[in-house]
Amino acid sequence: MKCRKCSDKAVINMRQHKLALCQEHFLDWLPSQVQRFIEKYKMFDHQDRILVAVSGGKDSLSLWDILWRLDYQVDGLYIGLGIDGEISYSDQSHNLAESFASERGLHLHVINIPDSYGVSIPELAQQTTRGMNKPCAVCGMTKRHIMNRIARDEGYNVLATGHNLDDEAAALFGNTLNWIPGYLVRQWPVLEAHHPGLARKVKPLCRIYEREMAAYAVLRGIEYVYDECPHALGSKTIYYKELLNQLEMDQPGAKLSFYLSFLQAKENGLFAPQADPGFERLHECPSCGQPTSNDGACAFCRMVDRLPIKSQLP
Amino acid sequence: MTVILVLRGKEFEVKPGMCLRDSLRKINVVPESVLATRDGELITDDEILHNGEVVKLIAVISGGSV
Repeated sequence: MKCRKCSDKAVINMRQHKLALCQEHFLDWLPSQVQRFIEKYKMFDHQDRILVAVSGGKDSLSLWDILWRLDYQVDGLYIGLGIDGEISYSDQSHNLAESFASERGLHLHVINIPDSYGVSIPELAQQTTRGMNKPCAVCGMTKRHIMNRIARDEGYNVLATGHNLDDEAAALFGNTLNWIPGYLVRQWPVLEAHHPGLARKVKPLCRIYEREMAAYAVLRGIEYVYDECPHALGSKTIYYKELLNQLEMDQPGAKLSFYLSFLQAKENGLFAPQADPGFERLHECPSCGQPTSNDGACAFCRMVDRLPIKSQLP
Repeated sequence: MTVILVLRGKEFEVKPGMCLRDSLRKINVVPESVLATRDGELITDDEILHNGEVVKLIAVISGGSV
């Protein structure tokens, strides 16, 4: 197969776009697409200070690389979760994020949960009802809390995550199967900062297939953690992605169309904000100042307050 | 007369002369869920696989909760 732009040998064929590209043209094309979506969804511009949440995986490191190549003011945030899983998962991820940053002379903030709270994410989850069987919900909540806090404390007005199209389509699929109004109302490439001190959340890769992100990382020589998080194995997200890829195999573009049709439907008013049970009920957590729909302290602060070793952080 | 496909350390044998896409379907791997490399270079799924070749597959799906 030949590159559509130069007729050299193609390294990737994107069936959903009917587009095959060689290495050089793919590595130019992908950032240009990301730039297009940054502008289309009004995510940020070159005056904004952007914090990228990096896990050491292909998506977040590639996102950081792309934003750096596009000359944005962008730093990274790595959150050490204390997950071992017999593969030193967190140590491996941390080392890769550090190497990536130092090779490019970029600034990486590091917050290590066991150092800050005295327990790892799996241990923290064990002490809560929501994380008793699987730590993913506690992990997600903790990461969101820390990302918001670092962005606020360090003066970043934009928080970028590496969610790709497969992540978005899988989340949408799950939320649609269960018709979860709150999540459907909030799912969008940008989540505006409705509260003072909160950063705008953006997903610049939301229209890029996961396969293309992996190809970008490989072709750019980005070393990323190849092992899956031990706790994500068997997760619903992965199951939904596999189902959607089955569909994609027979109908190229099905995943993209599923997501884009949803965005279009939202623009046409299909999901009214009033459908969100948390709509207009947000107030400030008296402990950390972050918005919460709870009466009193937010779920994160209530969880940490129950720990034997209290947070040493504000 | 075999081609070896390697995915997450596991080896799969397929007949030579088929394209990568058909070879993947033979071993029940959805082509959309992997990338393939031959001698360290990414290849597209129309490539014909030859006898004695080893093709390394890179799984691209990951997922947790953020």
